[in-house]
Amino acid sequence: MLRTLLHLIAAAALAAASLAAQAGGVPKPVVKIENPGKCIAPADEMRRNHMEMLKHQRDLTLREGVRGAAAGKAASLNGCIECHASKQTGSVTGGKESFCESCHSYAAVKLDCWDCHQPKAGYKATGAKP
Amino acid sequence: MSHNKRRSFLVASAAGLGTVALGVAVAPGIRLIEVSHANPVRPAGQPASSAVRWGMLVDTTRCATGCDDCVKACAAENGINETVADKRQGAQWIRKIDIKEAKTGRQHSLPMMCQHCANPPCVDVCPTGASMKRADGIVLVDRHVCIGCRYCMMACPYKARSFVHQPLSGQNPEVPRGLGCVESCTLCVHRVDKGQQPACVESCTTAGHNALLFGDLNDPNSEISRRAAAAATSQIRADLKLNTGVRYQGI
Ligand code: HEC
Ligand code: HEC
Ligand code: HEC
Repeated sequence: MLRTLLHLIAAAALAAASLAAQAGGVPKPVVKIENPGKCIAPADEMRRNHMEMLKHQRDLTLREGVRGAAAGKAASLNGCIECHASKQTGSVTGGKESFCESCHSYAAVKLDCWDCHQPKAGYKATGAKP
Repeated sequence: MSHNKRRSFLVASAAGLGTVALGVAVAPGIRLIEVSHANPVRPAGQPASSAVRWGMLVDTTRCATGCDDCVKACAAENGINETVADKRQGAQWIRKIDIKEAKTGRQHSLPMMCQHCANPPCVDVCPTGASMKRADGIVLVDRHVCIGCRYCMMACPYKARSFVHQPLSGQNPEVPRGLGCVESCTLCVHRVDKGQQPACVESCTTAGHNALLFGDLNDPNSEISRRAAAAATSQIRADLKLNTGVRYQGI
């Protein structure tokens, strides 16, 4: 009897929670995979560790000159962008639904990477004599 | 066949043979590598090696006053596209300077850029370790660590570094650069790691000026080492004993 009651209460709480979510109380991140296939590591590991992987690769590439990886796949930032850029905007950032921003705005993380790094896939830069 | 035609023919055939064939002797004493200037591609996952020391030789006798092909190629390659309000704050990756010997009136034009010193003062003064020298001699700013204090700009005798004063956009994906950090010539590290030449050298060669030569100073058989062994070359401000990777011929 008690068990049933508890179940009922739990179910009611869940329903209330999903109602709140529907009403926009909890803005869930949207993670849209534009190019189905495999990431450089299993998705759960990517969710937890991508920042560490990126920082490791960053130092390896810039300071030691390591490009790519001998085995497996390197956590190259340009690599992430090529796979994860939105087909609509061509970018991984800009707008709360873009790949690198949806989780981050949910978790209140702000990246400064795009001050320097080009967030668009396949971008061709131009230049003029300074 | 004119000299130029033969040259481009050899370059084309070297490209056709691919990197594997580079360095193969085509005739006694003549190696394709001399013509194509290609450098080997480092395998994926391997760090830069201290067995190599990248350098550049500037032949000032072939560098024309008013020609800025190298400066334009650098800007295009590195996505330098911003207009600065104050000209003095412009990017200094490479610039052309004209010098004149006061007594004789002899004039030279030459490109000035980071000299990729073996003993770089910018690295000595950097408080965060952002200013660094890669194992293969390329001096870089690790902009992930740079706090923009600009000590290195003060320390550099060549005024080869500049600071980004404004937000940037439209960067080359391979050349991230942005507000708040010091930057300088990277010797096109992203190209060199792919076996290509720095953009300035490539443009100078393609245009037929041949004033710039890039290569491995540690390899006695590289064209740059052999030219440096055969002709008088100098380091700018040699008195500072910085052992620069950029050498000049004809001044
Ligand atoms: C102030 C400029 C700047 C900022 C900000 C910046 N980077 Fe970089 N980053 C660079 C430069 C310069 C390189 C060297 C590029 C090269 O030689 O390939 C680089 C290279 C990298 C690389 C190795 C190249 C690649 O594509 O894999 C990674 C990874 C990286 N950065 C990650 C990051 C991350 C993550 C952030 C944000 C937390 C960030 N960077 C912010 C300038 C910057
Ligand atoms: C070869 C293409 C490719 C590259 C390169 C790549 N990804 Fe992925 N990524 C994917 C795919 C496909 C998925 C979905 C995989 C799945 O659900 O099992 C994914 C999933 C993810 C997820 C989990 C999303 C979720 O479901 O919550 C994160 C986080 C992620 N990637 C971040 C990165 C980062 C950061 C990089 C660069 C270091 C990167 N990815 C590089 C293709 C790629
Ligand atoms: C599945 C959700 C998710 C996706 C997708 C995602 N991130 Fe993250 N990222 C996070 C979370 C959560 C944190 C904060 C972790 C923490 O603070 O411990 C974070 C932190 C980071 C950090 C460290 C920030 C700092 O200030 O230390 C970097 C760098 C980063 N993410 C890069 C990326 C890039 C680049 C992409 C797109 C290729 C991406 N992330 C996509 C969830 C995500």
